[in-house]
Amino acid sequence: MTQPAENNPGRAALDRLVRAEWPRVLASLVRSTGSFQLAEDALQDTVVRALDLWSNEGVPPEPRAWLIVAARRRAVDLLRREGKRTDKERASIDLLDRGDEPIPETEELGDDVLRLLFTCCHPTLAVETQTALALRSLCGLTTAEVARALLMSEAAMAKRLVRARQKIAVAGIPFRVPGPKELPQRLQGVLSTIYLLFNEGYHATAGEHPLRHQLTSESIRLAALVDEVLPGEVAVIGLRSLLYLQDARSTARLDAEGELVGLPDQDRSLWDLREIRAGMSLLGVALHHPSEFPHPYVAQAAIAACHDIAPTWEATNWAAIVSWYDALVAVADTPVVRLNRAIAIGELEGPSAGLAELERIEHLTSYPPFVTARAELLARAGRDAEARAEFRAAIELPGNDATKRELVRRLAESVESNPRTSADPDGT
Amino acid sequence: MPQYAVLVYEPGDPDWSVIDSAEKEEIMGEYGAFGATARAVIRGGAALYPATTATNVQVKGGKGGEVVTTDGPFAETKEVLTGFYLMECADLDEVIGWAAQIPAAWYNRVEIRPVIDLGDPAS
Repeated sequence: MTQPAENNPGRAALDRLVRAEWPRVLASLVRSTGSFQLAEDALQDTVVRALDLWSNEGVPPEPRAWLIVAARRRAVDLLRREGKRTDKERASIDLLDRGDEPIPETEELGDDVLRLLFTCCHPTLAVETQTALALRSLCGLTTAEVARALLMSEAAMAKRLVRARQKIAVAGIPFRVPGPKELPQRLQGVLSTIYLLFNEGYHATAGEHPLRHQLTSESIRLAALVDEVLPGEVAVIGLRSLLYLQDARSTARLDAEGELVGLPDQDRSLWDLREIRAGMSLLGVALHHPSEFPHPYVAQAAIAACHDIAPTWEATNWAAIVSWYDALVAVADTPVVRLNRAIAIGELEGPSAGLAELERIEHLTSYPPFVTARAELLARAGRDAEARAEFRAAIELPGNDATKRELVRRLAESVESNPRTSADPDGT
Repeated sequence: MPQYAVLVYEPGDPDWSVIDSAEKEEIMGEYGAFGATARAVIRGGAALYPATTATNVQVKGGKGGEVVTTDGPFAETKEVLTGFYLMECADLDEVIGWAAQIPAAWYNRVEIRPVIDLGDPAS
């Protein structure tokens, strides 16, 4: 990982191969060594060696098995070299050193990945720590890549990851899948961490770039991994569908100058049909799960789907969207959901109806999308002076640079009268 | 005879599981000497891993309510440590289960800190 991958296509392919194997190999090592830190250290060293070796001599027939065997050997070396490792880690030497521990089957590896997932997303770890660990351990990003993706210095990120692994080790965060009683809640925690990662990439809250593609694509990969190791969970299928259906629009969200484009103005021919198809097919599966109320991710995916299949903003099926928001309010009644429902009502029944819904929402008066939505609806209702005041208020609130430029542009436009609302650029 | 929990406060958040300087080694030596000197009165004691490894447990909405765990200690602290249990559990999930049954978990909060194994503190 010393030279930039893009300079050498062979090397890039090797990087991808190693990254794809990373979570399974790491998870297996964590189980056989009993130590997160030792497993990471051993695998990191092994990967560096593998990339050099394989680019000269070619990839061995079973790269995963090769990595597991080599990393186990490396773990034994590391344990011998440092006497200071814990008893538990030393105890694993014997087992590993005999070399007779079999290479796990794919299914066992899936179980190990699931354990690793619940370890990285344990609720006793801070959410920022969970996302960093997930990117490093489950997506196989290097520490430097995780640091860049989460806008931190490499040194600070390295420190955070070391501390996280120390906490896992000394506080005894278990490496196991929660029992059936805890599972739904713990799974929800894992999924919200993945969705947070996606949103951090999709609606970057700070910095120059309003989109950070690496975070969105990694969260999509991660959700697919969860679906693979824990199949048939409607929450997981719903989240995967939602991520695809939102990500499908990402290219159209920025224009050539890097300015943010609201959903009404997006060039819909830029939407990614492959992702829309993937999202629709997962949504179909999720909707076949019998349940009285839809899972919140499924309802959100259905709303995203209504946008994705609409030929234009005007031709969007707003009645369907409002009814999905009604369903969403029934299972996840939050001010943000009510805000987006109000915007949809504004489209279906007109700006005054939308404004009336907004009036009923509390606790959001300094939330930028709320202020923007009010501004847009006021502009559409012809209340220009009030609209301009709201746009100015929205510009003063925190947000990324592109969002601010968009607001300044909308403020300028609202001096002329404006025909439509685009406060909800993403529809969910 | 009464028993006292004598709590050691230090600046910063030192990690006493790693002796990485002559100064730390000297301080550890001083603790060792104190342990030997005070052997007759010491009943038990522990050095704790840094606060970055701590887990807080709160039961929301009274006894039997939702168990909420958070990472690390609260920054703005006007609370005082009023006691501690030494518990031996299989893992963090098990000790959280016990901690959630301590009344302080719903009246205020309980902090779980892993204990460093330094052997017998009075030897």
